Amino acid sequence: MIETHELVKKFEDFLAVDRVSLNIPAGEVLALLGPNGAGKTTTVRMLTSVLRPTAGWARVAGYDVVTQAEQVRASVGVLTEQHGLYGRMPADDYLDFFGQIYRMPAALRRKRGGELLEQFGLAGDRKRRIGQYSKGMRQKLALARSLLHDPPVLLLDEPTSAMDPESARLVRDAIHGLRSAKRTIIICTHNLPEAEELADQIAIIRRGRIIVRGTSTMLKESLLGPAEYQVQFAAHLPNSLPELPANLKIHKHGPDWLRFYPLDPLQDNPAVIRHLVGQGLPVLGLTEVPRSLEHVYLQAINAPDGVDILNMRNLANNAALTPQASEAAYAG
Amino acid sequence: MQDNLRPVFIIAYREVRDQLRDWRIIIPIALLTLFFPFLMNFTAGQVVGFVQQYGANLLADRFIPFLLMIVGFFPITISLAIALESFAGETERRSIEPLLGSPLSDWQLYLGKLLASLIPPLLASYLGVIVYLIGIRRTANWVPSVDFLILVLLLTTVQALVMVSGAVVVSTQTTSVRAANLLASFIVLPMSLLIQGESVVMLWADYGVLWWAVLGQVILAGLLVRMGLAHFNREELLGKEIDTLNMRWAWKVFSRAFVGQARNPGDWLKHELPPALRRLAIPVAFMTITLVVVTWVAADQARISGLPASVFSMDKLTTLDETFLDQFREIGFFSANGVFSIWLHNLQTILIATLLGVLTFAVGGVLVLLLPMAIIGFFAGAAGLAGIRPITFLLAFIMPHGLFELPAIILSGAAILQIGAALLTPAHNMTIGEAWLRAFADWAKVALAVVMPLFLIASALEMFVSPHFMLMVLGGL
Repeated sequence: MIETHELVKKFEDFLAVDRVSLNIPAGEVLALLGPNGAGKTTTVRMLTSVLRPTAGWARVAGYDVVTQAEQVRASVGVLTEQHGLYGRMPADDYLDFFGQIYRMPAALRRKRGGELLEQFGLAGDRKRRIGQYSKGMRQKLALARSLLHDPPVLLLDEPTSAMDPESARLVRDAIHGLRSAKRTIIICTHNLPEAEELADQIAIIRRGRIIVRGTSTMLKESLLGPAEYQVQFAAHLPNSLPELPANLKIHKHGPDWLRFYPLDPLQDNPAVIRHLVGQGLPVLGLTEVPRSLEHVYLQAINAPDGVDILNMRNLANNAALTPQASEAAYAG
Repeated sequence: MQDNLRPVFIIAYREVRDQLRDWRIIIPIALLTLFFPFLMNFTAGQVVGFVQQYGANLLADRFIPFLLMIVGFFPITISLAIALESFAGETERRSIEPLLGSPLSDWQLYLGKLLASLIPPLLASYLGVIVYLIGIRRTANWVPSVDFLILVLLLTTVQALVMVSGAVVVSTQTTSVRAANLLASFIVLPMSLLIQGESVVMLWADYGVLWWAVLGQVILAGLLVRMGLAHFNREELLGKEIDTLNMRWAWKVFSRAFVGQARNPGDWLKHELPPALRRLAIPVAFMTITLVVVTWVAADQARISGLPASVFSMDKLTTLDETFLDQFREIGFFSANGVFSIWLHNLQTILIATLLGVLTFAVGGVLVLLLPMAIIGFFAGAAGLAGIRPITFLLAFIMPHGLFELPAIILSGAAILQIGAALLTPAHNMTIGEAWLRAFADWAKVALAVVMPLFLIASALEMFVSPHFMLMVLGGL
């Protein structure tokens, strides 16, 4: 649904996007992460045929972003970083205006606009001028605008920023719903837990280049090493540490817990539990040690230039999450 | 077509509605529409009464139409502010971005905003004119002729169009309303001068001249709309974040376009110059035709002017002898220094023409280059009145150096035209700035490799050969 190949954008002598290649099938969500000025917005603008690529090509919803720009824009719903709302207009009129721009019939405009205002909890304020809306309400209205013409592709820049937790949940649920409805979505965000929750794939962009891309699990494994598991006991461990199956070793332990790296969690984890229970230990549970996307993000962003980030796995285990420490770890 | 225009009206309608919700626009428009005409009526009444005391009825007759123009003009000044807000304001607030992400074409968005900036001030202006006319009918029993009323309404309309289309060009070059307002002085100052000029003409009651002013402004507005359409595109609007001149980049683009792939001067002459010359084919044809037409029209003007041939002492040309060459010698001809000074003079003219061309969409530059031929053409026409064949006169004055000088003038004019066209034409796959720099690089290539050498040869011929040729052609007449 979204396919790009070696997409490049130069502004005068500034390289904003550098050979970005993506392939996002229908019904998949990609989270595009990166620091400010990394090239996220420029990439999105090229995908909406707002900016023309300097080199490379992109197809969105089957249309070429250069030669079929109008069809691309008709197939895409965009939530821009700045919402671009007209303060003196009521929400009703605003959605109706954009419905006309997208050439929707009047009855459909009214129906769809009403549904979206209802969905995002704005139905009661539909006649109020947008200038009187709170930040979160504006954000929801802008999102409603991007969904109005029911586009197959959605490009959402910070969809839940400035929202209270309840509204943010509402929006995240809406995005889940859109994914189920086979919409292709790119989310640009700095909200990493949200990216992890919503996205099937995560791409991290730095200085215009996508430096890593994959599922959250894959990125964690690649950058932070294999998943570590913790066994929690109902009582303190005996003085002599218990034994794990032959091929596994205890990595860390506490008074009532121990951690290990399974080679294959599907096979090893049940074997570990059986082994420990067999030794008469009161096993309370076994869980993966949580590793946040933030660790992955910082690891990737702070990696030295030219490094194959996906092969930095072992370095990551010991590295503190500062650029200096990261570089030192790599050099070591 | 109707389907394509629909979004234009949707945008215009929304913007006009939005303006009508803004008291900062409504109040000035209401004042200028309703109160200002009454004030002008009162003023007209007072002035007419005053001048009639001294029998200066003529002044009274001129003053009332003049105020009609002023009443029409004042409300349209708001169009400038509305346009700056609509184009630069929306860009600054980024509220234009969702529109840019919609299936609208650039021209639909441009036209919609243009209409929205024009309609309320123009309606206010027409309404003000009606109010003024009703009042003046009652107080001074004055009714304009239909011709004159159409003239004033057309003047008002094209002035608004010039201001709004100028404001769009200004807005696309800035990222903030503040910067756009500062740049708007490039519109306000010429418009003030124009209004002053029109006022003088109005008081002179030479209304025919005002029709020419309408025509001139229609052409100017056409150029500005064309330029606005070329500049008002997504790439230009969102491609820049701050208003800075990136001289390093500009130099890089220029030098890359100038040098191209060439590795040495020979390579450059062989591979880079010919494509630049080929790109000038259409402007060269245009310049050549224009040069011929201008010379012919100028010659014809000599005939129409009805000035006797003796005024230009053309009869003396038929009595030229060797002393004629001595006169040339006295003013520095037949010397190497003279060659250099003519060459420099010609280069200076080309530089001035280029500078003027850059500032006037090439028009001023081309006019400068056409002027010498127009003068020679005029004198050729005058010579015809004295019994000398104009073509003989032309040959005597422009040969043989003209064989080199005229192609140099045509090429320079063509390169200047290309620079002007770069500002008015949407550039494919590059920004307007880049297209302009490339056109400028073509100008530099042609100037350096062709025009300068041609002028040097022409100067040498003009210095050493042309006087002899002139004597040969004219002396025996």
